[in-house]
Amino acid sequence: MTGFLVRRVAGALVILLIISAVTFYLFYAIPRDPARAFCGKICQPETLALIRHNLGMDEPLFVQYWHWLTGIVAGRDFVQFGECPAPCLGYSFATQEPVFGAIVDRFPVTLSLTVGASVVILAFGIVTGMIAAWKVGQPLDKIASASSVIGASLQIYFVGPLLAFYLVDTLQLIPRPSYVPITESPVEWFTHLMLPWVVLSIIFTANYTRMTRSQMVEQLAEDYVRTARAKGMSNRTVFFRFAWRGAMIPIVTIFGVDLAVLLGGAIITEQTFSLHGIGELAVRAVQNTDLPMLLGVTIVGATAIVVLNIVVDVLYAFIDPRVRLS
Amino acid sequence: MTFPSSTATDAAAESADTAGSAGSGTAAVVGRSPGQLMWRRFRRDKTGVISAIIVLAFFAIALLAPVISALYGKDPYTTYGQNQPGLLNEYGYPIAPNGGISGEFWFGLEPGLGRDVFMQLVYGIRTSLSIAVIVTVITTVIGVVMGLTSGYLGGKTDYVIGRIIDTLLAFPSQLFLIVFLPVVEAAIVLPEEETPVWLRYVSICVVLTVLGWATIARLLRSQVLSLRTREFVEAARVTGASPARIIFKELLPNLWTPIIIQSTLALPLYVGSEAGLGFLGVGMTEPTPDWGRMFQVGVNVYHSDVTYLLFPGVSMLIFVVAFNLLGDSIRDAFDPKTKR
Repeated sequence: MTGFLVRRVAGALVILLIISAVTFYLFYAIPRDPARAFCGKICQPETLALIRHNLGMDEPLFVQYWHWLTGIVAGRDFVQFGECPAPCLGYSFATQEPVFGAIVDRFPVTLSLTVGASVVILAFGIVTGMIAAWKVGQPLDKIASASSVIGASLQIYFVGPLLAFYLVDTLQLIPRPSYVPITESPVEWFTHLMLPWVVLSIIFTANYTRMTRSQMVEQLAEDYVRTARAKGMSNRTVFFRFAWRGAMIPIVTIFGVDLAVLLGGAIITEQTFSLHGIGELAVRAVQNTDLPMLLGVTIVGATAIVVLNIVVDVLYAFIDPRVRLS
Repeated sequence: MTFPSSTATDAAAESADTAGSAGSGTAAVVGRSPGQLMWRRFRRDKTGVISAIIVLAFFAIALLAPVISALYGKDPYTTYGQNQPGLLNEYGYPIAPNGGISGEFWFGLEPGLGRDVFMQLVYGIRTSLSIAVIVTVITTVIGVVMGLTSGYLGGKTDYVIGRIIDTLLAFPSQLFLIVFLPVVEAAIVLPEEETPVWLRYVSICVVLTVLGWATIARLLRSQVLSLRTREFVEAARVTGASPARIIFKELLPNLWTPIIIQSTLALPLYVGSEAGLGFLGVGMTEPTPDWGRMFQVGVNVYHSDVTYLLFPGVSMLIFVVAFNLLGDSIRDAFDPKTKR
């Protein structure tokens, strides 16, 4: 187990290094000069040179990258712009703040959004899929299949405002989506995020219903299920104790892959409901061509996906006793 | 849709190893190519035919947009609401109920600028569909080449391509899409200049392509891995066929089914991605009509004018559902054994 973790973490670090190097090179090789943008319209050459120097932009690209890397561990000091303490992912010229701080401020929003949506997706998708598998071929199964086709074709930026219009504006059933920190009021945190969770999970839930159903149907035809039945176990035990466990393994795998897509969906959901999360930060950074911020967001996003994939792999070992982490 | 005729010829080559179903029958039995069989199966599938008609209608609207514009008597650029008094109120919302739907403006007026929604929608299909089609074609070609090379050559090539594919698939593509779009543009345009429309169009295609080819490449790689050990490939190799001949004449004909299925799955996703970019404000710029930007406006005005959002939303839902069902039907027609 420890050996597995060490190797996976080392592999993840290598991937992150490559990604950050490629992204860094792409961003700083282009002829868009953040120093000039900062300097303003009337820009004295000396001022420009000073800004460049303070930002460390007068050095070769790989030295700049090295500074960026060491900054993560040691922090950096951008003389006239201010300190950038230890986990320093760079300094945003557009918003004039350290990139890491801006991301940390917005992290709870995106985390609440994606974790909540994951719970909805897994709970709802698996339950409806199990019901469909329990009643294969019956009306309930057909309804589940049909709605999964439509659900998978919906768009967040269409369903979101539409539901908000009917549930919030017209019927006033739920409060307008916003982010209330869970530490402030867990109840308000929940009610204010309900709609974003549902909207973000709609397109995914449909898929999980379909997959759970087909996996369950497949598992129920396996030999070990027949053996269990032959031993006289009840239908319910076979279904919930045996087949369920087998069906969950591929679901967990696919969920690990879908996490990246889910993060993408979170960006659109944040924009739809004006939640100030990391996605909204990225969109704003794109509009301002705020490269240090974009670099930071890319790396944090990539790190999150890499870490979550390791977590998913470890989860396997708990679900499937055949898997040995080695 | 050209696939029935084109696959009929391609699949004719395939009939060599599926002999018995076609060609070799006696005089009394009329031989049919796998392509013809597929076409017959498809015609019997009602859902498939209806979806195909809907999808074709969308393509026809996109192609005939200027004709529709001439018949309808309006264009997507004129700000009718601002030019004619009595259409928009002081806040910029249509005065007539339901978003200003009337005999003159069939789908109402755009809040704010007062352009014609019907024309925006019709020309918007052009933007979305053309980008989606271009990206689907290019990603399919790149994906096929990479997948075939990787799977057939194996070894180091396979390892390198495999790692690139893994990395591309593991990362949040929506995030990368919006992050790399300005990079592609900034590489060509100076910061002082305004980004021309064609460049934005090209960079959207480039970014979607770069992030999109990995899915089909991975699929084809795995298919090739199982195909390359089959007897007919070994026979070809033993008789001295060149790698190019084996790839194009032996392997490729067996891969048309997954290629076509995968691209029908991909196209609606690209329509969604393109609209997603427009919605986030990094897609096609004004004044080019674009569905994504219609959603962006729709999200800002839905409190007062929800009708505006309904038109692009419902159109897109119909298109994507129809295309997905069509994809399912094509899959069934190609491969009647698999049960969904």
